[in-house]
Amino acid sequence: MSSLSDTLEHYVLLSTLIFTIGGVGFLVRRNVLVQLMSIELMLNSVNLLLVAFNRVHGENMNGQMFAFFIIAVAAAEVAVGLAIILSYYRLKSTVYTDEADLMRH
Amino acid sequence: MMLTPGNLLFALCAVVCLAGALTTITAQNPIRGAMGLLATIFGIAGLFLKLRAEFLTAIQLIVYAGAVVVLFVFVLMLLGADARAPARSGRSGGSRLLGAALFVLTIVLALVSVGRQQGKPTALGPVRPGHGSVEAVGSLLFSDGIFAFELATALLIVAVVGAIAVARSRQGSVRRKKLIRTPRDLFGGPLHPRDGRPLGSEGAE
Repeated sequence: MSSLSDTLEHYVLLSTLIFTIGGVGFLVRRNVLVQLMSIELMLNSVNLLLVAFNRVHGENMNGQMFAFFIIAVAAAEVAVGLAIILSYYRLKSTVYTDEADLMRH
Repeated sequence: MMLTPGNLLFALCAVVCLAGALTTITAQNPIRGAMGLLATIFGIAGLFLKLRAEFLTAIQLIVYAGAVVVLFVFVLMLLGADARAPARSGRSGGSRLLGAALFVLTIVLALVSVGRQQGKPTALGPVRPGHGSVEAVGSLLFSDGIFAFELATALLIVAVVGAIAVARSRQGSVRRKKLIRTPRDLFGGPLHPRDGRPLGSEGAE
């Protein structure tokens, strides 16, 4: 009866799994580029969740509009983040966050 | 559970998403991780198609697969082998793993607490024709979301200008500055008719 792709719960589960993988990647990895990719994974999973809930409440499209703005903000974030990484690499010749301890002591 | 084309598409996209996400965070070579991110983005685009969001499918493929992943690969190529060199610090990853484990525990507890509420699954109901089409989302963007849309344009231009300002190397401007050592550098005198050098510079060497 309940088809695999026609219930909201499957999308919520999949989105949660992708968000968890992204969060674990952000916490465990030390390469700042991989951490930025993990943030992208989390943003993508939230987009999926917004569109899935919008599919349930099909009388409007506000969820898709929100996902559109999230994509725009994510693009801006990646541009600035990669610029900061390049600048940091010029300064320290590494992209590992353990080396970024200038303000630690 | 029937094997309909819709179910097959969902299962395929879900597997591609999860495999890509796991590749992203486990790959030692970040280029491989970027390819995993690309797979996840394609899988989510397929799920958007399944969820009747055609406009967002196109935007996802253009912006993420076309711009974001390419930007990542550009930066990885620019950094070269340094991007995948092992970290020098011998600090233990114990605290990191503990944080990750707490994060996973939180998510699992949230899923369990949601799953304990018994009830029939929420079915994806019928939608109006044209739901998620370019025309419908575009008219919504330019009516209800016009203010946020204009703010997003301002955000994007600020981000691009900021990225250029942050990533520009300072060596370029130094190299372009003209060195002034002798008065002849300041006032360009007559040039030699044959080789174009300033007249009288042969004697100085």
